[in-house]
Amino acid sequence: MPYNATPSAANRADRFIWRRKHLLGLRDLSREELLHVLDTAEGFKEISTRSIKKAPPLRGKVVVNLFFEDSTRTRNSFTLAANRLSADVLEFTATGSSISKGETLRDTARNLEAMGIDIVVIRHSAAGAPHLLSRCIDAAIVNAGDGQHEHPTQGLLDIFTIRELRGDLKGLKVAIVGDIAHSRVARSNIWGLHKLGAEVILVGPPTLMPASVEKLPVTVCHDFDAVIPEVDVMNMLRVQFERIGSTVFPSGREYSRLFGLTMDRLKRARKDVLVMHPGPVNRGMEIESEVADGPNSTILRQVSNGLAIRMAVLFLVNQAAALKEGTDKTP
Amino acid sequence: MSELLLTNGRIIDPANNVDAVGDVLVRDGKIVAIGDVKAAKPNPEQTIDVQGLIVAPGLIDMHVHLREPGDEEEETIASGAAAALAGGFTSIACMPNTDPAIDNEATVDFVYRQAARAKQANVFPVGAITKGRKGEELAEIGQMVRGGAVAFSDDGDGVQNPAVMLRALKYAAMFDKPLLQHCQDNALAGKGCMNAGYLATVLGLPGISPLAEELMLYRDIQLAKQAKARYHAQHVSTAGSATLVAQAKNAGLSITAEVTPHHLLLTDDNCKDYDPNYKMNPPLRTADDIAALRRAVADGVIDCLVTDHAPHLRSEKELEFLYAPCGIIGLDCAVGLYVKALIEPKVIEWPRLIAMMTVNPARILGLKKGTLTPGADADITLIDPSCRWTVDVEQFRSKSRNCPYHGWELTGRAVATIVAGDVRFELGD
Repeated sequence: MPYNATPSAANRADRFIWRRKHLLGLRDLSREELLHVLDTAEGFKEISTRSIKKAPPLRGKVVVNLFFEDSTRTRNSFTLAANRLSADVLEFTATGSSISKGETLRDTARNLEAMGIDIVVIRHSAAGAPHLLSRCIDAAIVNAGDGQHEHPTQGLLDIFTIRELRGDLKGLKVAIVGDIAHSRVARSNIWGLHKLGAEVILVGPPTLMPASVEKLPVTVCHDFDAVIPEVDVMNMLRVQFERIGSTVFPSGREYSRLFGLTMDRLKRARKDVLVMHPGPVNRGMEIESEVADGPNSTILRQVSNGLAIRMAVLFLVNQAAALKEGTDKTP
Repeated sequence: MSELLLTNGRIIDPANNVDAVGDVLVRDGKIVAIGDVKAAKPNPEQTIDVQGLIVAPGLIDMHVHLREPGDEEEETIASGAAAALAGGFTSIACMPNTDPAIDNEATVDFVYRQAARAKQANVFPVGAITKGRKGEELAEIGQMVRGGAVAFSDDGDGVQNPAVMLRALKYAAMFDKPLLQHCQDNALAGKGCMNAGYLATVLGLPGISPLAEELMLYRDIQLAKQAKARYHAQHVSTAGSATLVAQAKNAGLSITAEVTPHHLLLTDDNCKDYDPNYKMNPPLRTADDIAALRRAVADGVIDCLVTDHAPHLRSEKELEFLYAPCGIIGLDCAVGLYVKALIEPKVIEWPRLIAMMTVNPARILGLKKGTLTPGADADITLIDPSCRWTVDVEQFRSKSRNCPYHGWELTGRAVATIVAGDVRFELGD
């Protein structure tokens, strides 16, 4: 296992056989699987520090970036990750839904498949689009964000970053602040953090909490100031103006007053609190510039780690696909 | 003079409180006698021994979508009426959400003519309440009554504006026609595509709260009371709706209600794999709602059973869950589903089930059907209550295949369907 940096991670990774051909969401993953992705990513992080930033495991494989929603960092991150693993990358862009194009998602995918592809990385405005793909084509599917469902690689890179800086997730208190109802990042974080033993506190107005939130493995608090002193991590979600549609809070001004992370609030937090943000940042809305650029901010580290996580994910689903092909061919 | 004699069947005619073994004699398309038919001096051209079968009045489904005019690739009046026969239905009422909508006398007449040409099940058009189903101006209800519309509905949408709904109720009451409402407050439902609850949150799909249905139902009950009108709640899906209907009935109002097989059998849990065959409107709810709806059936709060047969193209139902259209087809397999939902769990017995599929909808729609009373149209359904079979959507007569019951093992199905004395469907044909 050349891709694991630390001996303990390497040991764990060696013992575990990854069998998941699709990464659709973190809710599906076991604790062991989560740890395995993180461990694998540790190994890949090292590649980015080399002068020749390339490894061969996906040589001859075709990765399609099938993005139906605008994305800069996730798409670039996946492209770079695939490149570093020596895959050929096909960039596919379609704005809006598949319907508005006149071609269905299924048809689009089957056309791509006819060209011979191995992994599809999909970003789509409809929750469940990756599941639909996994049912209609043979390629491995990686969810790069589907509607309000999940954004598993974002969840993984957030968790990877916390683990990198804090060692263990167990017992950590993580506040996820903002528009929980419409956030796929929040959902992936909730499942991943919960499985690894962290305590999740959701912070935001009731209008931005999803239905039956009490059944999620979280606690809910509407008073940001009350949780600030006690948390180890604050993950400040982007307020998704484009997704909300109707007005669920009175104004941006009121939102930032109640739930924005200001320097003033940061002073009342633990000295070593991690300030995370999935980007892109609405400066002055959910987070003040000084905080976003300050010493507690992990924003750029998250971006770097995202690359390692996506390399790990592409590597693993490809491995599982190969494993599956092997079993399928066994009489 | 043509005669048909059915012998030794279990005759269930709820309108006359009949549940007994006997014969049924049909002459020139009418029922002549049931039970002991000797006095009517039978001289049948055809005699069918129906021992072991239930002889019921022809089943009536007062809530189906036939897609013609406009979406004939999904279903036509002929194919839908054929699917009805295969499911044991001799009469169906079709909803006006076609393209163009059935909102005028000419289109009502078109439905009758297409159904007559098809010569399958009887088809009774339901006219739109408002022009173009837009919820704004009243459609020509009087003209449509003259053309033969049996009831009025903007199904697919509820009439959102309470002032428009009140006017419509008052106006339709003049003709003694019921309004059938798809209860859903659109502002509250928003872009929801499944039941609002834990699973919707987990799946990241926008939810439709039970309140969206219950608020409109509550509003409508008050409006119907004010208008002294007949009001029928379509496909009720929540425990709260069942309570509201029960209260309205107890208050002596002319409120009736229907329920579908899917709201008696499936829950929002079925949406877990994003399969659009479980996307309905109203959405699939919870096990508690199923229990309450079954209880409401047992208590007589819910009057009829309907399929809400809603054909859609395969290509449309293969879209993303969020974008796929709502609804499933159900005519072909309805009887077995009701047995599974209501008879096997001992919620009701056969006579009640038959009543909810015959005389009850006939009364709501003012049809002179749904009974085996001598002199009535000889619309008869023969049901084998112990027939075990597996649902195979490829065998359906509907043009569409959007059905989540494929592969289900069911007990009980219609084995022959007779319309006006004419055996139009026989199983195994």
